Amino acid sequence: MADMTLTKTPIAEQPPEERICNFKEVSLGYTAEEAMKEAGRCLNCKNKPCTTGCPVNVRIPEFIAKVAAGEFEEAYDIIKSTNALPAVCGRVCPQENQCEGKCVRGIKGEPVGIGRLERFCADYMMNKTRQAVKPTPNGHKVAVVGAGPSSLTVAGDLAKLGYEVTVYEAFHTAGGVLMYGIPEFRLPKEIVRKEIKSLEDMGVKIMTNMVIGKVLSVDELIEMGNEAVFIGTGAGLPRFMGIEGESLIGVYSANEYLTRINLMKAYKDGYQTPILSSHSVAVVGGGNVAMDSARCAKRMGAEKVYIIYRRSMDELPARKEEVHHAVEEGIEFMVLNNPVKIYGDENDRVKSIELLSMKLGEPDESGRRSPVAVEGSEHTLDIDTVIMALGTSPNPLIKSTTPGLETNKRGCLIVDEANATTKQGVYAGGDAVTGAATVILAMGAGKKAAAEIDKYIKNRSAEQNL
Amino acid sequence: MFKIVRKKQLNDQVVLFEIEAPFIAKKAQAGQFIIFRLDEHGERVPLTISDFDREKGTITIVFQTVGASTIALGRLDEGDCISDVAGPLGVATEYDSNIKRVAVIGGGVGCAIAYPQAKKLSSMGVQVDLIAGFRSKDIVILEDEMRAVSKDLYVCTDDGSYGTKGFVTDKLKELIESGIKYDEVVAIGPVIMMKFVSKLTEPYGIKTIVSLNPIMIDGTGMCGGCRVTVDGKIRYACVDGPDFDGHKVDFDELMKRNNAYKTIETEHLCRLTGGKRNG
Repeated sequence: MADMTLTKTPIAEQPPEERICNFKEVSLGYTAEEAMKEAGRCLNCKNKPCTTGCPVNVRIPEFIAKVAAGEFEEAYDIIKSTNALPAVCGRVCPQENQCEGKCVRGIKGEPVGIGRLERFCADYMMNKTRQAVKPTPNGHKVAVVGAGPSSLTVAGDLAKLGYEVTVYEAFHTAGGVLMYGIPEFRLPKEIVRKEIKSLEDMGVKIMTNMVIGKVLSVDELIEMGNEAVFIGTGAGLPRFMGIEGESLIGVYSANEYLTRINLMKAYKDGYQTPILSSHSVAVVGGGNVAMDSARCAKRMGAEKVYIIYRRSMDELPARKEEVHHAVEEGIEFMVLNNPVKIYGDENDRVKSIELLSMKLGEPDESGRRSPVAVEGSEHTLDIDTVIMALGTSPNPLIKSTTPGLETNKRGCLIVDEANATTKQGVYAGGDAVTGAATVILAMGAGKKAAAEIDKYIKNRSAEQNL
Repeated sequence: MFKIVRKKQLNDQVVLFEIEAPFIAKKAQAGQFIIFRLDEHGERVPLTISDFDREKGTITIVFQTVGASTIALGRLDEGDCISDVAGPLGVATEYDSNIKRVAVIGGGVGCAIAYPQAKKLSSMGVQVDLIAGFRSKDIVILEDEMRAVSKDLYVCTDDGSYGTKGFVTDKLKELIESGIKYDEVVAIGPVIMMKFVSKLTEPYGIKTIVSLNPIMIDGTGMCGGCRVTVDGKIRYACVDGPDFDGHKVDFDELMKRNNAYKTIETEHLCRLTGGKRNG
């Protein structure tokens, strides 16, 4: 009989006043006892609605049953069989819109803490050394461009099938947004490194400092004997608002601000990358990236940090837990506000931002009520830093150097239902296709692309052998 | 890791490195740049490629030891390695095949980047007048190299200790006024120099290309830190540039943005000498 407690087993967290002074992980994770107790809340439904909500189809009730029985290693293996990066997903997936959103227990009370359990299993196995199983090579080569969540999923899935996979990364470090975007306090980089290491142990080759499109073209990758190429180049140039004052000193894109902190470790002693010190910060946007930026700014020492969002609290696209944590950490939400101008001081450093109040009107094409400006409601807020977290447009490098690769008007690569691009043998997934989205959606796309690449190469070699 | 195979101190503050980077050497073209990261603690710093040798698989960079990272870089010797070098980044400079005569202008360490442009132009059969400006005689670099790729080389020094006394703009004006018809002017050097060269050529209607070097992090079109205003629009030096039409660049804004971390830089320098660290 399932444990019918209506709420999730509480999880230990660093208290807000403590954690805003460090970059250590906020959520401390379940103990084995807590995990088993939480796993006991699962009803093990026959039709498994949770699983349908998972972009990488983790067999959720199965792994939870193993956790409940204390068989953590077995639970981990079930997750890992469909999910290349469980320690990452357990931490950063928007579970409330996916698995947990479909959980029957959520109808009356809180859903089962699936994300927390996934994380528990991954962390439990993190320090266990297991002999890496190197699959038998199948004699086929695939190149993967980019080393973010979609690319790593493709690499892992294809390596498992025996492909010789080389991942080309433009930065000095693999991981993509997991390294440069998501902060340490939400996703410790050591975990990302370990997940990548496990791919390398499986035989995946990772080449850093390789800017594909510049140093090698996609066509050259094919000439080098790769039978298929996967493009997972992720987010590109940040969006700005096009308002006056965006070139002032102290206006950052979230990409730049987060990269300085997360990838380049500007928050750590001994690292050379500088970052401006801020007393009062306005973060424009309401997604996960906005929350990450705001919470980083707080940790970097800002006394006041505001989220400026043009809709209301109900429409914030960020993960619920991030909003909750941000509120706890003293981030002030100035919702129903839209920036119109940024003012600078005599040194061209940001001094203040002019906002216009908004109200909610009719639903727009996204189904959310659209913000409408309240005339004459201009007001200013004194700040010294602005972080624009408005999304990105896909990276232009590959498209501009690969003939035959088509993009839509937003610059996103066009793919069919098999994740195949308009160029034969070239597949794509993640933000390069969808525009800014989530880690798990990128992984879902990677999973699908890997299966399709496998099919494509096997069909092709079957035809050639006829 | 990227090995330094040759080091040459060009003057007190300017160092030349030839680096083993076979993939980059194969593709590099005049106008493109690399991003280096010295070691795990280093920042990512862009440097324009000064020369390349496709057979040897090497690229050459020339840099001034002005900030913490370039000072540390300059301390390396032949045989040492740089942790990361990514490139070739940016769009290669493109010239109209009909051009006959071009004035290439280099300012200080910018001469190291003006040099490959002059080299490329002369290989296209274009007549190159090279104007190289320095503060004084003791910091003149690459004179022989520049002479070899130009029809005429005019060295100018601010203090008159070598060549003609005066700024590059004085010499350029003199040449234009003497009736020479330039199809293009290429100016590479301090922002202030590029600004005044562009100001000078505008009334004459001479197309002027400048190579910008704003603050960058990734250099691949991701962070947006290198944005510059060109013709009233945001452009990114890493993927849209680094070359832009000098008559359309907002140089004043670029100068201010390039100074954004100046106080922090100073603290970094202090730290290298045992001082206190910022942040």
